[in-house]
Amino acid sequence: MSRIHVTTTINGDATEFLCEAEATLLDVLRDELGLTGTKEGCGTGDCGACSVTVDGRLVCSCLMLGAEAEGREITTIEGMATGERLHPLQKKFIEMAALQCGICTPGILVAAKSLLERNPDPSEEEVRYWLAGNLCRCTGYDKIIRAVMETAADMRRAS
Amino acid sequence: MRFEAPRSVEEAVTALAGQTGAHVLAGGTDLLVKLRSEMIEPELIVDIKRIKGVREIAAEKGGWRIGAAVSGAEMGEHAGLVADWPGVVEAAGLIGSTQVQGRATLAGNLCNASPAADSVPAMVAAGAVARIVGPEGTRDLAVIDVPKGPGKTALARGEFIVSIFLPAKAPRSGDAYLRFIPRTEMDIAVVGCGISLSLDEADRVTAARVALGAVGPKVILVEAAAEAIKRRVLDEAALADLAAACSKAATPIDDKRGTVDFRRHVAGVLARRAAVIAAARAKGDKA
Repeated sequence: MSRIHVTTTINGDATEFLCEAEATLLDVLRDELGLTGTKEGCGTGDCGACSVTVDGRLVCSCLMLGAEAEGREITTIEGMATGERLHPLQKKFIEMAALQCGICTPGILVAAKSLLERNPDPSEEEVRYWLAGNLCRCTGYDKIIRAVMETAADMRRAS
Repeated sequence: MRFEAPRSVEEAVTALAGQTGAHVLAGGTDLLVKLRSEMIEPELIVDIKRIKGVREIAAEKGGWRIGAAVSGAEMGEHAGLVADWPGVVEAAGLIGSTQVQGRATLAGNLCNASPAADSVPAMVAAGAVARIVGPEGTRDLAVIDVPKGPGKTALARGEFIVSIFLPAKAPRSGDAYLRFIPRTEMDIAVVGCGISLSLDEADRVTAARVALGAVGPKVILVEAAAEAIKRRVLDEAALADLAAACSKAATPIDDKRGTVDFRRHVAGVLARRAAVIAAARAKGDKA
């Protein structure tokens, strides 16, 4: 079976890869490109651990084929920090200990960043609904929600 | 398995018709799950998202033509569509998480043919029409006639839905969709109800379409419910008759998500509540 040649942009870098037709974008990111920050939780779109953005839209990379990435712009957790400089959400998650085991964290950070780009001043309810597709089995969510709310407040003050 | 992403309807039809075990990919939120769990083992996947117009919402004859690959999130961001058919947009918006909303489509929800599909009763209430393309050409089929039963559709081999048409909204009309789930978010409808209605200047119902989901093998258009409220103001007596007609028309099963009695009752309750919202919208309420 011949593999599919895909030309795409990942975290701003022009990228080419070969993949099987069955391979999900998540498989490609982790196994072909070594971008293992994106996690596999359920593989069925229920847990959000594999969240990435495609042309600016938040999606589960387990529910998308690698071949579909042709010509698209993908952003993963690896594209969140600028060099050594962490994104305000990343800093706040560390500061407020908004994580425990960490498996859900990359997906939650990518999803929260996507929310704050659209809505810099979300209500707690809006944050909770936006992140309803990101499951965390450790924290009970409270610290995560508070970290997102505080980051939003900081970013509004800074802008 | 092979993967093709044709640029035209003709190429897509040729690819689909020429291969047994070919599956259409739009948003992929159902297809990829089936693929991973080996419920399906396709020979070919045809990604229709590169076909011109398939990712667009276009004004047409006072209504809206929604391409088969337009996501729920894109619908929710389209002011004109939200203003005309808020019930359909909300129903689509109830499907899955933010991530799923970034990909899931009306056409996919319809073709997946789940009896509990949220957007389908809303589309049926709206009088939506699916445009189907295939080896024999193009045909339009009312959305109510697309599903045939759980997992089964009226589409023939080589056919796929290229767009969904929502007709022009009549003056003083509104629509709404409500579902019952045992939590607030991220669940499958135990019962769903879509209603579209029009009012005259005295607030009497002049036209109505009432559709129920998850209470039968496919969506049910309840004509007796529409008749129960026609020519009437939606007062307590009219709403009670509407609810009774919906409870009577429901043909649910007992399963882990709800019992027959509960679902019949809830069908009536949701119809009553959805009618109140649709009527408020018909009177100009923007909420």
